[in-house]
Amino acid sequence: MSELRNIIVPLITVFGVIIIAMSMAAGLIWLERRLLALWQDRYGPNRVGPFGLLQVLADLIKIISKEDWVPPFADAAVFVVAPAAMFIPTLLTFAVISYTPGIAVADLNIGLLFFLAMSSLTVYGVVLAGWASDSKYSLLGGMRAAAQMLSYEVFMSLSLMGVVMLAGSFDLRQIVEAQRGLWYVVPQFPGMLIFLTAGVAETRRLPFDLPEAEGELVAGFHAEYSGMKFALFFIEEYLGITLISVLVSVLFFGGWLGPLLPPLAWLAIKTMFFISLFILLRATFPRPRYDQLMSFGWKAMLPLALANLVVTGGIILAAR
Amino acid sequence: MISLLISMWQVFLHAFRRRVTIQYPERTDYLPPRWRGRIILSRDPDGEERCVACYLCAAACPVDCISLQATEDARGRRYPASFRINFSRCIFCGYCEEACPTDAIQLTPDFEMCEYDRQNLVYEKEDLLISGPGKYHDYNFYRVAGISIGGKDKGEAERESPPVDPLGLLP
Repeated sequence: MSELRNIIVPLITVFGVIIIAMSMAAGLIWLERRLLALWQDRYGPNRVGPFGLLQVLADLIKIISKEDWVPPFADAAVFVVAPAAMFIPTLLTFAVISYTPGIAVADLNIGLLFFLAMSSLTVYGVVLAGWASDSKYSLLGGMRAAAQMLSYEVFMSLSLMGVVMLAGSFDLRQIVEAQRGLWYVVPQFPGMLIFLTAGVAETRRLPFDLPEAEGELVAGFHAEYSGMKFALFFIEEYLGITLISVLVSVLFFGGWLGPLLPPLAWLAIKTMFFISLFILLRATFPRPRYDQLMSFGWKAMLPLALANLVVTGGIILAAR
Repeated sequence: MISLLISMWQVFLHAFRRRVTIQYPERTDYLPPRWRGRIILSRDPDGEERCVACYLCAAACPVDCISLQATEDARGRRYPASFRINFSRCIFCGYCEEACPTDAIQLTPDFEMCEYDRQNLVYEKEDLLISGPGKYHDYNFYRVAGISIGGKDKGEAERESPPVDPLGLLP
């Protein structure tokens, strides 16, 4: 009996996490359109179903029924693989997050490192998509994505090292447990800001959506994609938003910790707050120029992350 | 940095503003009487057709969507035997209304004229002709025109003096 239990419980966790993550990504399409509309004095989709919720279903039916087309000039094999190469690492990262004390697909003791590694791997998807499309806009988008994601990754990982030093572990569950007294947003406030900024850049969201940049690059690296392959890019973007929001709440805002409500509800509330913040960022800011983006990353954020690292380390060392 | 936060806050405050969207099929916006929508042919206060089939509207139409055929009745009055407007071409510019000497052709505040079949957008005379005078309630072209027509000679119209006799010697 206990052997059966050992098989079924992880299976439920695995498929539960996948299903919830995917439906979150789909639901975010609706949420983003409604929230953007809300902040632009409009209503957004409100016709299909209650509050327009079935709009997601309509979009899904539409995008599934589209032709699966590969441009004749594209490098067909890479063109097909690229969306998956981007989608899978993002989805994999959901495995190491501990949602509640009991619920985690894999309780890795290097969970945070795993996340950083996987988020680096998504760059391949973007670059390959841009390269395989054999179109100048796609290539420019892919190039920008590579430069942007690589440079923002540097201080993204550096900004997290403060948390790791305070908690003394890369394990996400232990990081949350270590926040029982005080959420890390208080001692690691600069780290939180840097991680959030880098997270926006990592998911290529406005104001850092230069790889897509509709105004100048048509649609950037996925300009040649259509149908379900485009949908994979799209869902990956929303999965990325969810992922960064979950991570910000886990690393800096105490994850499932909170009074009264069950642990999962607290994590959901915190995650939804940061997802809304992501959308508010998009509603507010214009896109910076490419060189501004780069100099902001290397000249402002990187020194700040390093300073945060040194000061945190120094304080820990002095307190010991 | 502070200005970024301020602008984010101000965008957030928009959530509590009044929506600009009008939920169209349930609610409609106010359309002014001069709105340039569906074209109609009006009648004069006596209930007769105003159109005298002068072709000026067809000539003024920049997209050539109006076609008509003139004919005469027993009193010698001109009227259109057929009048056709192809609304799939019409751009609702209102030049036909400006060109019309008898205020017969008028644009109305109605725009809900979608069709699934393109051919249904071609309106014939019986679709265009309405029973009322449209925007000009008292105007009757034949009562003020200086031409002689069956039942009304020259000089018998309202505010009209008898025509000058060019052969008369009196001043």
